[in-house]
Amino acid sequence: MTTYYTEDHEWITVEGDIATVGITKYAADQLGDVVFVEVPEAGASFGKGDDMAVVESVKAASDVYAPVAGEVTEGNGALADAPETVNEDPEGAGWFCKMKLSDSGELGSLMNVDAYKAFCDGL
Amino acid sequence: MTMNTQGRPTSPVSAANQSVDTVSGSKGLLQAEGLIFEIGTQDTTGVDLPTPKNRTGRLGGVARKQPTGLPGLSEPQTVRHYMRLSQKNYAIDLGLFPLGSCTMKHNPRLNEKLARLPGFADIHPLQPQATVQGALELIDELATWLKTLTGMPAVAMSPKAGAHGEFCGMMAIRQALVARGEAEARKRVLVPASAHGTNPATAVQCGFIVDEIKANARGRVDMESLKAKLEKTDDIAGIMLTNPNTCGLFETDIKEIADLIHAAGGYFYCDGANFNAIVGRVRPGDLGVDAMHINLHKTFSTPHGGGGPGSGPTVLSDALAPYAPVPFVVKDEDGVFRLVEDMEGDAKESFGRMVAFHGQMGMFVRALTYMLSHGADGLKQASEDAVLNANYIQARLKSVMTPAFEGYCMHEALFSDAFTADGIETIDIAKSLIDEGYHPMTMYFPLVVHGAMLIEPTESESKAELDRFCDSLESIARRAAQGDETLKGAPYLAPMRRLDETQAARKPVLKWTQPDANSVAAE
Repeated sequence: MTTYYTEDHEWITVEGDIATVGITKYAADQLGDVVFVEVPEAGASFGKGDDMAVVESVKAASDVYAPVAGEVTEGNGALADAPETVNEDPEGAGWFCKMKLSDSGELGSLMNVDAYKAFCDGL
Repeated sequence: MTMNTQGRPTSPVSAANQSVDTVSGSKGLLQAEGLIFEIGTQDTTGVDLPTPKNRTGRLGGVARKQPTGLPGLSEPQTVRHYMRLSQKNYAIDLGLFPLGSCTMKHNPRLNEKLARLPGFADIHPLQPQATVQGALELIDELATWLKTLTGMPAVAMSPKAGAHGEFCGMMAIRQALVARGEAEARKRVLVPASAHGTNPATAVQCGFIVDEIKANARGRVDMESLKAKLEKTDDIAGIMLTNPNTCGLFETDIKEIADLIHAAGGYFYCDGANFNAIVGRVRPGDLGVDAMHINLHKTFSTPHGGGGPGSGPTVLSDALAPYAPVPFVVKDEDGVFRLVEDMEGDAKESFGRMVAFHGQMGMFVRALTYMLSHGADGLKQASEDAVLNANYIQARLKSVMTPAFEGYCMHEALFSDAFTADGIETIDIAKSLIDEGYHPMTMYFPLVVHGAMLIEPTESESKAELDRFCDSLESIARRAAQGDETLKGAPYLAPMRRLDETQAARKPVLKWTQPDANSVAAE
């Protein structure tokens, strides 16, 4: 199980050919209290970088991009009633969706945890 | 994800701060006031009529079976209710209103006097045109002033607010692309990162795709980013740019930007929300602008922000003028003013109609009154004084707060939150300003500046009033720099303490409901 990060503050954890996607703690902290999340439904397909989900805090709505291409197998429906989970546990229970990767080679363009930490420190 | 770094604490720090000290809930002469449903009952009424005898209903089966549930209040109860609510309001007539980009300037009483003249106030838009020649002439006269001040050949008077004016301009651009047979190919609209949020929303509403241009370290459009976006030109519809921009800075490369966008085959939409900074000094027509809305409710002193409707006439270049919306006023050779309402003749290429009638007539009267009472020289001085006042605030506060960019500003001063101690945020400063008796400044906007505080004093304020405001803000800023935790509890003196915006957004209660009778009885 390996976790990768994007410069747009999504994380993606891969187990076999299924990956779980969410937004990072850094992003959740910057957004403030999350009040609404819209996650994709199973069956939806995305290219790398496509708008995949929406996350809203009181003052800002943000699009969440697909870190890599793939087909969604499950959206985290629990977030609809409990958007605060994204603040409380962004890299755990606050996951957005699970997806089947189209091309695991795309993961190579993402950052590992150390590189992402260095990236955030530079912001 | 699209990273918005302007998140802020939106829940009160401590519920313990919410205590109220008086039995009534009032704070001195600031009286507590419930919702009208809470103070009224079904048993009282302002009109006490005897129950009619031998009444026969004539509503057949459609008579209401349940009471309306509306509260009955006596006249004095009703008057006090709304009077108390009005006293909780903050208004430009009460004090300096520093909201950046909102241009809350004084609304001259002369404007109000003239708007109430029966010949303007008591006419109807469906009256025969021969009976309202004066009103049509006023629209035409105001249009002439707007065209002269902007250096543009045409103006659409009917848009009813700023964003509506943007919609007008972008629809004209779309119609021009349709006429060129390129509407399907040219979909991309460039929008700078510092743009008003309505700009990308308008572009999308008109069927365009938004492509964001970065800001440079000076708070202006990054020309390299712009040129990179223009490497491919055959899909460019245009650019939407505010000038002066939302950082309160003049876009110094605006002429080159206009040339580049025109060379790419696109049109230049200028957001005129900040036109009040440059009236009499710069004509957008000379800068290569194709369309620009003018907020009469900002630049030309008509009321807004709950005080009155907006009005957003939109000037158009020769390239876009044929596509202007109907209706519009023309003056025939015999001197008669005529309203062109149908899409034929003069208006055969019009993109259509945006509003039922002619636009905001009452605002037209007020705006023209402002122009005529100030004169061309007075309008120029108003712009200059607005810029002077903003720079005075920037100069007075720059030693304690952090200006977002170096150098002079235009009509609004922008600060970042870099000067605050850890744990103290822009929101705490804004809420503390309420305790000092001021409406807060624009906060967390524009997005390109962290914890932004955008202050637009307008030309209306005297130096004494600016000093009073700066004294308050300077004191708060010093406390913020020292990490004074009491700021986090502000406001202390307002009718309501800090609200829980998080809960309001997560679990909005939008409708009053009758409390459960049993639970009321149990209390």
